[in-house]
Amino acid sequence: MEKKIYLDHAATTSTRSSVVDAMLPYFTEEFGNPSSIYEFAQNAKQAIDDSRQIIADAIHAEVAEVFFVSGGTEADNWAISGVVENYAKKGNHIITTKMEHHAVLHTCEYLEKKGCEVTYLDVDADGLISLDDLEKAIKDNTVLITIMFANNEIGTIQPIKEIGVIAKKHKVLFHTDAVQAFTHVPIDVVDMNIDLMSMSGHKIYGPKGVGALYIRKGVRMKAFIHGGAQERRRRGGTENVPAIVGFGKAVKEATALMDSEAIREIELRDYFIKKVLETVPYVKLNGHPTKRLPNNVNLSFEFIEGESLLIMLDMKNVCASSGSACTSGSLDPSHVLLAIGLPHEIAHGSLRITIGEKTSREELDYVADALVTIVKRLRDMSPVYEDYMQKKIESVIETQYKK
Amino acid sequence: MYTKKVMDHFTNPRNMGEIDHADGVGTVGNAKCGDIMRIYLKVEDDIIKDVKFKTFGCGAAVATSSIATELVMGKTIEEALKITNDAVVEALDGLPKAKVHCSLLAEEALHAAIWDYAQKNNIQIEGLEPPEDTEDYDHHVEEEDEFE
Repeated sequence: MEKKIYLDHAATTSTRSSVVDAMLPYFTEEFGNPSSIYEFAQNAKQAIDDSRQIIADAIHAEVAEVFFVSGGTEADNWAISGVVENYAKKGNHIITTKMEHHAVLHTCEYLEKKGCEVTYLDVDADGLISLDDLEKAIKDNTVLITIMFANNEIGTIQPIKEIGVIAKKHKVLFHTDAVQAFTHVPIDVVDMNIDLMSMSGHKIYGPKGVGALYIRKGVRMKAFIHGGAQERRRRGGTENVPAIVGFGKAVKEATALMDSEAIREIELRDYFIKKVLETVPYVKLNGHPTKRLPNNVNLSFEFIEGESLLIMLDMKNVCASSGSACTSGSLDPSHVLLAIGLPHEIAHGSLRITIGEKTSREELDYVADALVTIVKRLRDMSPVYEDYMQKKIESVIETQYKK
Repeated sequence: MYTKKVMDHFTNPRNMGEIDHADGVGTVGNAKCGDIMRIYLKVEDDIIKDVKFKTFGCGAAVATSSIATELVMGKTIEEALKITNDAVVEALDGLPKAKVHCSLLAEEALHAAIWDYAQKNNIQIEGLEPPEDTEDYDHHVEEEDEFE
C-alpha cells in the first residue's frame, strides 16, 4: 500500500482540520493577551472560557473546576505533587499501581525520594487492580489514590467508579490519569467520585502542548506555576490561547462522536484481533478482552522481537508501536507488560495498534496480511523459534496462556 | 535512527539460516534481554568455509550478526578472532549509542562458535576464552550525563 497507514493514535493524533481552522484566528487576528483590559483582548478571554465550559460539560464538572495546563504529563505532576504538598499535615502516603504512565510513576518515585511513602498496587493478568487490595492499602496517613482510567499500552479500563466509592468512604483524594480514556469512554466526575483528573489535547485530534486538570471544588490546591493571575492564580503564564481553543473544539467534536465512534472502533478492534489470532500462530492478546479502550489492540508474538516487527511494518508504510526494550530506550520491556506478569520472552515481542477515526477495515486487513508474512520471516530468522521447532523449548503462550 | 547499511543488512540479511552438521555453533544473549544470536561455522583447513546466523532481536542485532558473517567468511580462525565489535560497528557506518551492545553480542557469538569448534576438535586457541554463561549475560547502556 502506497498510502501511510497510521495506527498509533494512542501516541498522538493529527490535529483535525476543523480544529486547526478554529485555532487560526487566535494566532493572527485575536492575538490579544486575555489578561489585558481592552475589549479586543476580551475575545481571547472569552474563547478560553468557552473552551473551559466545553471541557467541564464533557466530564460533568463545573467551569471553575477545569484548569488548563501544557498536557497530560503536567496535569499528572501537578495533581500528585500538589496533593502531597497541600495535605502534608494529614499524611504522605500515596497509593498507585505498577502500570501507571511514567508521568505518574516517575512523579511518585521523585516524591518517594523526598520522603513520601508510595504503595504500588499489583494488577492481574488482564491489567485490572483488585479493589480489595486497594482498600487494604489505605492507611491513616494516605492522602491520595492515583490510578489511571485506562492504560495507554494494553487499553484495560479500571473500575473507576468503584475506586471512587472506596476513596470517598475512606476520605482519601482520588486522582485519575484519563488521558487515554477522555472522550473515548463516558466520564462523569461526580458520579465516579473523581477529585482530580488529567486530560490531554493531542490524543483526541486537538493540538499538542495543551491539556487540562480537573480539580474538584474543595480540594486544596495551591499554585503549581507561580506568576500571574491566570487559571485562578494556580497556573501562571499567559494562556496558550490558540491551543486552548483547539482543545475545546476537539473535545466538542469528540464528545458528539463518542458513542458512534466507540461502536465502530470496537467492531474494527475485535475484527482485527480475531483475524490475527486466527491467521498467526503463537500470538496472545494483552489486556482485558472487553474492559478495554475501543481503539486499543495489544498482541504478543512469540519467538520474535518487537522493534524488528515495527521496522518491517514501517517498510510497509504501517506506523505502530511496541513495548519491547529496544523501543522503550531501556533494556527491559515495558513496565506495563511486566506488571501483567508477561514473561520477558513474549513481552519483547509485543505490538500495539491503536485505531483512529479514519482507520478502515481495508487498512486493518492489509496490516493483518502483512503480519502473517513479517512474523513468518522473523521467526525463520529466530534461533528461539528454531529451538522450539526442534522441541528444545516449550512455547510460553501454548503452555501458560492457552486454556 | 539507523544508517542505510544497517537497514540494508536488516532487510536483506546475508548468510541467514542454519548449517547442518556445523563444525561450530555458538549462541549468546538471552530472551530476557531481548537479544539472542546464534552463529554456525563450517571450517576446513583452519579456514571458515561457510558461516550462517540466526538472531532474535532488534534491527541492529540482526544487522550486526549479518555483517559479522560477511566479515569472517573465508577468513582463517586467527583472522576471524581479530574482528572486534568496533570493526562490526564501523562496517555498518555506525550504530546508535544504545545499540552498540548488539555489536558486542555479534563478537561474542562468533567467539562462542569458534570455541565450540575448538572444543569439538581438541584444538587449543591462544587467548580464546570460553563463552560466558549466557543466562548471566548482561549489557549496559551508558547513562546520559546528568546536570548537577
